[in-house]
Amino acid sequence: MNQAHVEFVLRIADDSLILGHRLSEWCGHGPVLEEDIAMTNIALDLIGQATSLLNHAATLQGEGKTGDDLAFLRFDREYRNLLLVEQPNGDFGMTMMRQFLFDAYRTILFERMQSSSDEMIAAIAEKSLKETKYHLKHSSEWVIRLGDGTEESHARIQESLNTLWRYANELFYTDAVDDEMRNAGILPDLSDLRQQWENTVNHVFQEATLTIPSNNWKQEGGRKGMHSEHLGYILAEMQYMQRAYPNMEW
Amino acid sequence: MVTASDLWLWLEEVSDPEIPVLTVVDLGVIRSVETDGKNAHIVITPTYSGCPAMKMIEDQIIEKLKEKGVDHCTVELTLAPAWTTDWISEVGKNKLREYGIAPPENEPDKTVLFAKPTVVPCPKCGSSNTRMISLFGSTACKAHYQCNDCLEPYDYFKCLR
Ligand SMILES: [Zn+2]
Repeated sequence: MNQAHVEFVLRIADDSLILGHRLSEWCGHGPVLEEDIAMTNIALDLIGQATSLLNHAATLQGEGKTGDDLAFLRFDREYRNLLLVEQPNGDFGMTMMRQFLFDAYRTILFERMQSSSDEMIAAIAEKSLKETKYHLKHSSEWVIRLGDGTEESHARIQESLNTLWRYANELFYTDAVDDEMRNAGILPDLSDLRQQWENTVNHVFQEATLTIPSNNWKQEGGRKGMHSEHLGYILAEMQYMQRAYPNMEW
Repeated sequence: MVTASDLWLWLEEVSDPEIPVLTVVDLGVIRSVETDGKNAHIVITPTYSGCPAMKMIEDQIIEKLKEKGVDHCTVELTLAPAWTTDWISEVGKNKLREYGIAPPENEPDKTVLFAKPTVVPCPKCGSSNTRMISLFGSTACKAHYQCNDCLEPYDYFKCLR
């Protein structure tokens, strides 16, 4: 087993899993029926991606675990997702802002990962990219609509941006895992990832008449398993059935 | 003696659980079939990553082939190359339309925000005077439209490329 390889796959997998779970919390609570359906559709895509990725991580680990074991039976410090994706849904604007910052990053990541030397990763990236492009279009258009909307919607989504901006820097977190993956050709060159992401984000914020906060406090730790207080609550809900009734199926 | 063409023919009897008017062959999710004359190996690919119908499709394939006398059938799931709506057959597109679901159209680049939505003719009256209600619909593969002329609300099988 290559530890860095497993770690790398878990990072992408956990982003999909946790954000998918967060979005699923909107089921039955959307502001309008169409958006309830949109958010749960996107949640389903993300959970589907997480399934493929976690199965792959379990295979690479070679300890006889399944993707489900990784999803439901790890402890909080073993999750590798970004702090951004575990932040609470807030209002609809907050959810769209969180989604937009993530989708803009994910689209570029999947585009590049299609050329990964890990064939499974390349296949998952090719498949997921087609879905992610729809997610990005959806979240971008909502950020613009709300930002360039009424006084109320503008104020609220600007506040969401102010709240979430501190987590954006972590999208570009790299460490020895990334170096090792790049040397192995598993992770393609991402040196211009931030630049590409900023192009998308600046363009949408300009259309949305939103201002990037001047406070540049950066919060990170998710990639190392250091999470905000919110992850524990997500896991408590997500893992309840498997913890209470081990190996149960339905 | 089972042949590959037998298998293709029999798979035409397996319908998509969510859109029963389409067979799994029409939908383009069957990537290859193999047989040694007795056993069968079928390779399928999902439409969307989270498509909940894949397990059911797998079970139905095994059941159908058993019914046809193939006792041992394995189904393999592959992700690459990724499924696209271009793989839905012309027959399948016509079946969709007759069923009341608008088949995929050529869509503009998704990077253009607020682009005029694709014109999707109404499957009921044929009018092109229609509007998109939502980019996301009743299942992962559909968007929601409504006809401005006959007022029919309908699903649009959105273009995935
Ligand atoms: Zn009509």
